[in-house]
Amino acid sequence: MSGTHGTETTAGPVLGDTPPEATSATGEAGDNAAGIAAVGRVARALMPETGVIADPTQLRTYECDGLAHYRVTPALVVLPETTEQLAAVVKACSEHGVPFVARGSGTGLSGGALPRADGVLLVTSRMRTIREIRRADQRAIVEPGVINLDVTRAATPEGYYYAPDPSSQQICSIGGNLAENSGGAHCLKYGFTSNHVLGTELITPQGDVVSLGGLAPDSPGYDLLGTVVGSEGTLGIATTATVRLVRLPEEVRTLLVGFHTTDDAGAATSAIISAGVLPAAIEMMDALAIEAAEAAVHCNYPAGAGAVLVIELDGASAEVEHEYQLVERFCQENGSFELRLATDATERALIWRGRKSAFAAVGRISPDYIVQDGVIPRTALPEVLRAIAELSSSSGVRVANVFHAGDGNLHPLVLFDGEKEGATEAAEKVSGAILDLCITHGGAITGEHGVGVDKAAYMPKMFTDDDLDTMQLVRCAFDPGNISNPGKIFPTPRLCGEVPGKRKKAHPLVEAGLADAF
Amino acid sequence: MVESTRARSDEPQSDPRKADALSAGPVPVGTPTVRSAFDEDHPPSAELISDCVHCGFCLSTCPTYTLWGEEMDSPRGRIDLMKAGLQGAPLSDTMVQHFDACLGCMACVTACPSGVQYDKLIEATRVQVERHHTRSPGDRAMRTAIFALFPYKKRLRALRGPLRAYQASGLPKVVRRSGLLDRLAPKLAAMEGLAPVLEKREKLPERVPATGARRAVVGMLTGCVQGEFFPGVNAATARVLAAEGCDVIIPRRQGCCGALSVHNGRQEEAESFARATIDAFESAGVDAVVVNAAGCGSSMKEYADILADDPDYAERAKAFSGKVRDVSEFLAELGSVAPRHPLEVTVAYHDACHLGHAQGIRSQPRNLLKEIPGLQLREIAEAEVCCGSAGIWNVLNPEPARELGDRKARNIAGTGAELLVTANPGCLMQVSSSLERQGTRIGLAHTIEVIDASIRGLPVSTLGPQH
Repeated sequence: MSGTHGTETTAGPVLGDTPPEATSATGEAGDNAAGIAAVGRVARALMPETGVIADPTQLRTYECDGLAHYRVTPALVVLPETTEQLAAVVKACSEHGVPFVARGSGTGLSGGALPRADGVLLVTSRMRTIREIRRADQRAIVEPGVINLDVTRAATPEGYYYAPDPSSQQICSIGGNLAENSGGAHCLKYGFTSNHVLGTELITPQGDVVSLGGLAPDSPGYDLLGTVVGSEGTLGIATTATVRLVRLPEEVRTLLVGFHTTDDAGAATSAIISAGVLPAAIEMMDALAIEAAEAAVHCNYPAGAGAVLVIELDGASAEVEHEYQLVERFCQENGSFELRLATDATERALIWRGRKSAFAAVGRISPDYIVQDGVIPRTALPEVLRAIAELSSSSGVRVANVFHAGDGNLHPLVLFDGEKEGATEAAEKVSGAILDLCITHGGAITGEHGVGVDKAAYMPKMFTDDDLDTMQLVRCAFDPGNISNPGKIFPTPRLCGEVPGKRKKAHPLVEAGLADAF
Repeated sequence: MVESTRARSDEPQSDPRKADALSAGPVPVGTPTVRSAFDEDHPPSAELISDCVHCGFCLSTCPTYTLWGEEMDSPRGRIDLMKAGLQGAPLSDTMVQHFDACLGCMACVTACPSGVQYDKLIEATRVQVERHHTRSPGDRAMRTAIFALFPYKKRLRALRGPLRAYQASGLPKVVRRSGLLDRLAPKLAAMEGLAPVLEKREKLPERVPATGARRAVVGMLTGCVQGEFFPGVNAATARVLAAEGCDVIIPRRQGCCGALSVHNGRQEEAESFARATIDAFESAGVDAVVVNAAGCGSSMKEYADILADDPDYAERAKAFSGKVRDVSEFLAELGSVAPRHPLEVTVAYHDACHLGHAQGIRSQPRNLLKEIPGLQLREIAEAEVCCGSAGIWNVLNPEPARELGDRKARNIAGTGAELLVTANPGCLMQVSSSLERQGTRIGLAHTIEVIDASIRGLPVSTLGPQH
């Protein structure tokens, strides 16, 4: 989203229609001053001077992640280099009741790393050592600040790679991937981050260092690792991740297929999957998204296409050849008018470049835009796409579509010009209506970007109060003090001492000063 | 010097986006003594700033982010700081430190999917910094010395004699081993370590006639550092151009193109160098002005912007910039006719930032090298990351420059190539000092020297000093 959209303040989210609870989600500047000073002292004693940032000019550069229309300047930024440093700072936060937010490269798209004005931002960008590549075990042990693509780069000479590949893989960090359970184009065949993280060393919100999972595929007892992956930083901070490495396929074929309509492209997708072919990826872009990508990276997609599919087949050569014949046939049967096969790594990279740059590229054709993320059952694709088109034409708000067609993960890009009266509101309305469409078609409000601060208000549309209360019980079990990325995921902040259930005001005992909720 | 005390946003604004960017955010109300970072004379454009969507794709190719992992030393972080400046934040020492730390390598421009013109933003910012920021006496003295030396051929030439004598004396080894200079004056030590082993100067005539049928008439920039420290490159350029059928005009009165000044915010100095360069070539009646130093070519292509406000030169600058070509770009457009002799050698090609990122010239030099029979081309890992030379950055920031240089040298060594080829004198100096420190033995040459050797049928051993 455009950096200049909306008015900015030093505290509190900036969108006009953000629910009022969200203000308490980000805290007030000046609160916790004594606690923050104490945490700062602990951090300074452990780290070089450049590891602790308190200068207002410098702090400002940390006010947002990849979702730039929520901006909050943190009270303090700490850049630890070791687990010990990070754990000590978290412990200090816990002792002084100071909220903290963990952040990797700051590329998230749901405001999951939006700082607290009354808290500390813990940035892992200096914890970027790949500790071990265990070729024989097909595992890598990496620190949270390691860039996703760097794991693949390190494993490639050994014949392996790291499969989850978000569009931002060139810069997003493994810690952030773990927090958000990131997906990517290839999760159709290989699954999400949760399928590739086998263990983690976690700093609990009390500052204790614990190990969850390990090198083995499954640990006995409750799946705490599964609970932590995708918890958006609310259950602690991962300081290492043991990840699965996947053997580089014998052959990879990347195809770019042009269709006249998204309906045709969707039908081809369904035909391919229902025939039992499982490509590594099937990605769809519509005409508007193609226009943006062309403007940005000159990817030379088929001219006049109403939709393109990027299909990647990988595996043993014989298998790939067989699948290729089927894919080619299903595309032709469903109205494809051009099929291009990348002949070398450069051509493959160019095809992917168009797709992977699409979000940011939309900035070339629209001053402002919202990247939406929703997921639906794949069979609902044509219907939901038509409904989005109707929404777009009835509201006059342009919507570009980029999505992981293979698994029904939509990324509608809602375009608007924030300078025009009412345009922002209209775009947000369309954006919200798209999420409603996902829910009514049996899908969910996020496929892979996470809830963060952006979608917290939509959680009650998907979950009952009982559901949300149950989730809160899990959070409270890890973080009774509510200091680990508070204000994210859940629409209403809740104290851990409260009995689950709707409550309009503080617990009577708390109000009477007879008890503290913790 | 234009100064203003912009503190309120209620001034009339013609550009609505600009008005938005200025009205938002903290405004130092009631503190009129605090001057905002930028004056009204071409501050970094709010409109260009608004193109940044904060996606972070620039971070991994930014040398300073790679080194320090800090947001304020990344392209999007610096853009945030520019925005803060436009909104009224003062030009604090901290802010300047982060602008100064930018190498200006433009890797972020290549990486950016949103098309943010960071090159324009940082150049505008640097001019404001030079205008409004008071540097420490030491920093000021160093910069004064650099800009009193490098852009002037005669002064560089005067330095050649003593430098050759020093290099011949065996003193360099003693000095480097002692580490004395590192401790006393790290920036001087950096300069000492970067100075190349000087070759004999070949004097070029004002006109080198085409061999065979004339296909073009071209002007040639000899440059300052290129001309004095790497004279063989200029001679090779003239020979190759002539062999490919060009009359080569080398105007005597040409001086510095102003690249170092442009890239360091020294606007007036840059403008005057630009005017003088245009004057020197305009009357020569050439089809193209060919440049063999990436940094020079990049800024000469920018003359139209640099002199846009000068009524006498604006149009002329535009016409001039339109004729500027990097030598590999020009040769690729012209197509080669001179026969190539085989060179059995493995070559690692290093993209100079001002050739690859700033001018988008990547395939041309590679294709020219591939035309040479027997030559094998290898790619360097992390090719998009700067070697740390960046004009005078390595002199002003010796320690981080060394880290970047060493990283580049490791990647170069990893290719196992026998010869490193690049197109910028700064890169050659920086990389060779890192390779030497690392003990990697590899030849160094400019692209044009390799082509020259191939056309003349010279052996590989004649290419570049061995390190």
